[in-house]
Amino acid sequence: MSLPPFKTLRNCQTVELESIPLVAAADFRAAIVGAVEDGSRICALFGAPARRSGLALETALTEAAESAAIRLFAVLADDHRGILSVMATDVRDAYPALTPDCPQAHWFEREIYEQWAIKPEGHPWLKPIRFHESYAKKADSSRRSCVPIGITDFFRLEGAEIHDVAVGPVHAGIIEPGHFRFECHGENVYHLEISLGYQHRGVEPALVGGPDRRTLHYMETLAGDTTIGHATAYAHVLETLTGTAVSPRALTIRGIALELERLANHVGDLGALAADVGYLPTASFCGRLRGDFLNMTALLCGSRFGRGLVTPGGVEFDLDNNLIAELQNRISVAFKETAAAVNLLWDSPSVLARFENTGIISADAVEDLGLVGPAARACDVVRDARYDLPSGIFRFVQIPVSTWSTGDVFARAYVRWMEIQRSVDFIKSQLAVLPEGQTIADIAAPAPNSLAVSIVEGWRGEICHVAITDGDGRFRHYKIIDPSFHNWMGLALALRNQQISDFPLCNKSFNLSYCGHDL
Amino acid sequence: MIKELFVSLKQGHRTVDYPRTAPVLPDRFRGMPVADPAKCPGGCRLCVESCPTGALTEGLTFDLGRCLFCGKCRQSCPQGVIGFSREYRMAARQRNDLIIKNSSLKLIESLDKESKRIFGRSLKLRQVSAGGCNACEADTNVLNTLVYDLGKFGVQFVASPRHADGLLITGPVSRNMSLALEKTYAAVPAPKLVIATGACAVSGGPYIGHPEVLNGAAGVVPVDLFIPGCPPHPWTILDGILRLLGRL
Repeated sequence: MSLPPFKTLRNCQTVELESIPLVAAADFRAAIVGAVEDGSRICALFGAPARRSGLALETALTEAAESAAIRLFAVLADDHRGILSVMATDVRDAYPALTPDCPQAHWFEREIYEQWAIKPEGHPWLKPIRFHESYAKKADSSRRSCVPIGITDFFRLEGAEIHDVAVGPVHAGIIEPGHFRFECHGENVYHLEISLGYQHRGVEPALVGGPDRRTLHYMETLAGDTTIGHATAYAHVLETLTGTAVSPRALTIRGIALELERLANHVGDLGALAADVGYLPTASFCGRLRGDFLNMTALLCGSRFGRGLVTPGGVEFDLDNNLIAELQNRISVAFKETAAAVNLLWDSPSVLARFENTGIISADAVEDLGLVGPAARACDVVRDARYDLPSGIFRFVQIPVSTWSTGDVFARAYVRWMEIQRSVDFIKSQLAVLPEGQTIADIAAPAPNSLAVSIVEGWRGEICHVAITDGDGRFRHYKIIDPSFHNWMGLALALRNQQISDFPLCNKSFNLSYCGHDL
Repeated sequence: MIKELFVSLKQGHRTVDYPRTAPVLPDRFRGMPVADPAKCPGGCRLCVESCPTGALTEGLTFDLGRCLFCGKCRQSCPQGVIGFSREYRMAARQRNDLIIKNSSLKLIESLDKESKRIFGRSLKLRQVSAGGCNACEADTNVLNTLVYDLGKFGVQFVASPRHADGLLITGPVSRNMSLALEKTYAAVPAPKLVIATGACAVSGGPYIGHPEVLNGAAGVVPVDLFIPGCPPHPWTILDGILRLLGRL
């Protein structure tokens, strides 16, 4: 059987909706399962109302006929060839689930079921992921989130000595809310179920009809610690939809800000990992150093999280020679101090004893689940959008991909340390050769009836934004996939056969976003 | 062990001698918005229309509780009427006190004598994130680092509401978190304080008006201190807490 062809495109490219193959649900399923077996990866799989994502010349009649249908879009990445492929199918009520043959689809299909009440038939685990009312019932949108949160059919083990441990939504530290259910036998965790949705703010429905004056602020607060990552992904979407050429200077400043964000978070994570094994020197030094990196971003744009820096068309703040010199100086000093603080970890047997062989996930699990970011690279999987699907400045300047092979907490920590070194090299070299030119370009009107995909390697991994425009160039649908969306299941797997006391350590080694997932 | 000591010596003493030394903020920091009405010819509304959250209204009135400090109003104004000072001390005891005209925000009064007696020297807080994006959370958490050394002021974040004297709330309070927030509040023994941190917790921030959120903490629990910002700078948070306790 020959499978229908995908429409292929590059990262940060726009295609007309008409050019996207619209196939039968069975062919859609077979094509995706086949492509994933051949090494592609699901970046996005989502539903949008077929009526709103239909063609420009739609007649009122076909519009009415299609009004109950949902169009499923799939965006796959072939990392080795650096290309993306898209395909679509119209579904009504139900379709054959991909998940039994393609585990990568499992969370996406739960989302499709929750958002559109379209049932993926044969999906083993159709539980809510965010606990909101279906968008299909948007008629009474005043109480969209009235599904009782956290009330679901939790997975249960049976047996005399089996017990559940329930944690959250409110956690012990200063972190976001989520609910964890551990199925334990004594100290050993057989299974961890993660139930999220507490942070659901209704971002995606609010983006429909945009871009407007709030759009950028939604992007900056999707996951506040990834302000630059998400704002850049959004800027790329609008720039490709409008055909805007962004100056090399602006692209470079964005790249520097993205790597500063990575540095702050990675350094903070290494400190927090040290704290979780009770190794206070590194915990204390890195806590301060994380702030130093945030303050470098603030030097650039006034905000420690990069709020207000990235905007469609370029960046709002420029660097002058004094600022460049100051940044060069600060990053050199901070890196020296970070190296001293972090290298203590690798020299301390008590730390290594806790990091090594804890929370192992296999490279096979990474491929099956489609994990991204340092969690995937810690399992020797070469997967980094800055290298595979480069956009922005990374089309011109490559950062080597950092991998490690053991898949444990140590690997996830060590990959971060390697990435810290690469990011510092990148920033220093880019500051030295910052191109001349403007920092911001005017934005035209977005192309109508188009689909644009933008992928950015945030510090947690791949950020994917997909925009679909209507006949006027407004957003008919805007899909956001934070790296955490792929990776929460990875954390659940890492906990299997671990001591429950190692949960904080494993959790921190992933450090996933709740709000980025819950949207 | 000797290695740790050696590195420690090199890292040096990093705690800021606050409040004796004033905090240093970056040149581009956007603190208290300031407007020069004399320069404003009036009638153009560009600034009002540029504001993503409706924080800026007619007559150059700023609602700091809604303000994201994004600077869009400053950019939009052809006359250069609006600017942002480096004033970071912006917390308020009453929600209405955050609505300012002519940059008239006053530094807040501390708690009454009895409350100060109870909380002034030792305040234990439980943090609840209710739809927060992790920026307010992160810049609250940073107060625990050796730079700010929150502990030296007798303020500490604790792991149970039963051990707490109050809550520090971030986020616009998603409907999905409202029950958990109510229960956490109920679990804190009275008398108790509530601190709403960040534009979201004060007003809903960028999420104002979403059916999925409750537009901030005050709709669910009584709030004693409002700290504006998106996110507030750690110094803004620390200043607010310490002034509330009468420590500044």
